[in-house]
Amino acid sequence: MADEATTPAAPARSEGPGGGRPSGPGGRSGPGGPGGRKFFRRKKVCKFCTEKIDAISYRDVRLLQGFVAERGKIVPRRLTGVCTTHQRRLTKAIKQARNIALLPFAAKF
Amino acid sequence: MQRLYEVMFIVRPDVADEEVDKLIASLEQTVTGGGGTVRSTEKLGKRKLAYLVRKFNDGNYILLTIDADGSLIAELERRLRVSEPVIKFITVRMDEEEKRLAKIRAIRATKKKVSAIPAEAPPAEPAAAPAAPAATETATQASA
Repeated sequence: MADEATTPAAPARSEGPGGGRPSGPGGRSGPGGPGGRKFFRRKKVCKFCTEKIDAISYRDVRLLQGFVAERGKIVPRRLTGVCTTHQRRLTKAIKQARNIALLPFAAKF
Repeated sequence: MQRLYEVMFIVRPDVADEEVDKLIASLEQTVTGGGGTVRSTEKLGKRKLAYLVRKFNDGNYILLTIDADGSLIAELERRLRVSEPVIKFITVRMDEEEKRLAKIRAIRATKKKVSAIPAEAPPAEPAAAPAAPAATETATQASA
């Protein structure tokens, strides 16, 4: 999934997020149909906004692990669909969790 | 100016439980002696660490929720740093977060009330009003 995101999606992504990023998850009406775009993402919604989760604590590892990749890296917001405010809080919580050894900095498989 | 803090620290897995309790007791003493209050102490138990810390693979997690001021926290952290069984600690300031959460909850509570009152009252009142007079009218008609 990381390879897809970097190579063929890079030129395709430059138009999508350019129009989509200011409007957030609800603005993805550009690639509405098959325009030769393989990686048309359906309208992803922010999990925290819909489920009304207010507090993202560094202590609930299960919640945080859903936003961390296999190697331990934080997944970018365009892949998870999280909104900006929650992504910032999530990042802060993940970094706190890493500091207290609840999440790894870099995981080897 | 008492602020709310969460202090989480990890104790080496090879220390006995009594030692852990003694350590927690001494830390609580430090807090109360310095003018703070311990809200709660939680022992989260032995967990596997995500990476090697001082050559240990697992550790005993303990969470303290404290009301204290900054200088007391500095003292507490100094003690944690110096104490041998503690291998890692983190202090997180929670009062701003609490304020924000309380605000959200308050907004949610008022939102519920506002949406409940007009939704219930107008349908309830007009529904009750025609229903009640209608019922009484039919009752009186039936009786008469």
